[in-house]
Amino acid sequence: MTTAEPFVLNIGPQHPSTHGVFRLRVVMDGEIIRDLDMIVGYLHRSMEKLAEERTYTQNIPFTDRADYLAAMTGNLGLAIAAERLTGVEAPERAEYLRVIFAELQRIASHAMANGTLISDAGAWQTPLLYMFREREKILDLFEMTCGARLTTNYMRIGGVSFEPPAEFWPALQELLDELPERTQEYADLLLDNEIFLARTRNVGIISPEDAINGSLSGPALRGSGVPWDLRKAEPYCVYDRFDFDIPVGTVGDVYDRFMVKMEEVKQSVRIIQQAVDQIPPGPHKNDIPLALRPEPGEIYSRVESPRGEIGFYLVSDGTPAPYRFHLRSPALINLSLLRELGEGSSLPDAVVTLGSIDIVLGEIDR
Amino acid sequence: MARGPRQLEGTIVAKALAAALPGVVTASNDEWVEVAPDRVEEALRWLRDSEEFDAVQLSNLTSVDRHDRFEVVYHLQSLDLNHQIAVKAILTDHEDPILPSAYPVYKGALLQEREVFDLMGIRFANHPDLRRLLLWEGFPGHPLRKDWMGMVGDHTPGLARFPYEDKSAPDRLMNEDNLVEHGEALSAQSERNTQSAPHGQGH
Repeated sequence: MTTAEPFVLNIGPQHPSTHGVFRLRVVMDGEIIRDLDMIVGYLHRSMEKLAEERTYTQNIPFTDRADYLAAMTGNLGLAIAAERLTGVEAPERAEYLRVIFAELQRIASHAMANGTLISDAGAWQTPLLYMFREREKILDLFEMTCGARLTTNYMRIGGVSFEPPAEFWPALQELLDELPERTQEYADLLLDNEIFLARTRNVGIISPEDAINGSLSGPALRGSGVPWDLRKAEPYCVYDRFDFDIPVGTVGDVYDRFMVKMEEVKQSVRIIQQAVDQIPPGPHKNDIPLALRPEPGEIYSRVESPRGEIGFYLVSDGTPAPYRFHLRSPALINLSLLRELGEGSSLPDAVVTLGSIDIVLGEIDR
Repeated sequence: MARGPRQLEGTIVAKALAAALPGVVTASNDEWVEVAPDRVEEALRWLRDSEEFDAVQLSNLTSVDRHDRFEVVYHLQSLDLNHQIAVKAILTDHEDPILPSAYPVYKGALLQEREVFDLMGIRFANHPDLRRLLLWEGFPGHPLRKDWMGMVGDHTPGLARFPYEDKSAPDRLMNEDNLVEHGEALSAQSERNTQSAPHGQGH
């Protein structure tokens, strides 16, 4: 007589489908997942504790290393939070530059997210390298502006660190002109592919009620059909001056989350083009004191990162360093429903579901 | 006072909350409303279900150590009405702080409460899976507490007080004096080696 006992399967911490040092402990009953547990913290660098010993400006590089695929939006989130806490303002040109770089970062991050998702779905590496083609050009633009490609440290409290060089603008225009064509190329390659559709459609469905109650944000929330985007709901920088749409899904499956990101790339191109056309001349940063001493108080301020609501909860006690520094990590909180989603599904489905939520371990672990 | 662009005044929320659930509100100001810690779940549930506030999403949950007390901070938001509400619970027991979990009201509290438990050591009653999140089981203490001493000796975390910056520490290679001594020791050793080599060949 044979009995089938559940067995425990470890995926990661080093595994291509976990997108970083992330460990899944899965209890399998045959092909079906009975229980799923995530183990994180392998990249924990105690950022929040370290931040209590540094000034607000000195903390900006930490945000590069939190969400390392979207350093610009991390920088921006902290810069805006510190500005709201201290009352410092950025010049108008800096606000436009912030929008341009944040949206370029969104395109680069979504290219990475969608490329790795297709890798998870079985099209090993080739589509990923197509996506990397555009990401490479964006990182080149970052490099010519601030010298860094990943850990940009570009946004400052009261502006941005550098004015882009003269060769930046023609290179950006060239990229903007070719991006719509390129996105269409990906759509042609993938969206008629039977295997890709079979792996992503009606897999990992999140209902809008669960998405809201589970604190999901970003493309994970919009994929479920909830049109919530902080760039529209709580416009920061100069987002209220641009015309763009919020793409949403209808079913809430992996395919919808994928398509939301594809559409957001098009919307980002629209935003950047408008920003390039409207950007006024002027200084790129205001002079601020070296050590800002905000009044005792606190602020919770958030911006829309490629992964969702990246929030900064800053508490000041009147000294140059924050008394408490908390980074609300959208990548971590979007995993709140992972256990529910995984239970009862098959392992390959759980892998693409995780891929569609688009995690970055630097931000989860901080 | 710093408030988010769409954040409601705490006093407005406090008035409605106190009218519906007498005794829940303990204090309020421009920014936040303070509720009794043992009735947090009740207050959050009312805010979620009320038509006036419609706080359907728990946007952020975190905590602050104030030396003699802990603050647990909830940032709620309504997607339809597009506003934000800050709720605080003050825990005066600094030894063993505990309050009800928000998980029965918001599933999004699952990992955020685990993080607060891990790093700040606040327990949440009725949480389905209260384990450490980022640190490993058996880690000594909760590092985000202000009185946490995780390092050997009297060092508290922070760049200015890291041991390798202490020039008087004798056992550190970063210390310039030690580097010199180490170099001298090496050259002395190689000198001994060259002297002993021909001697060794003689045998």
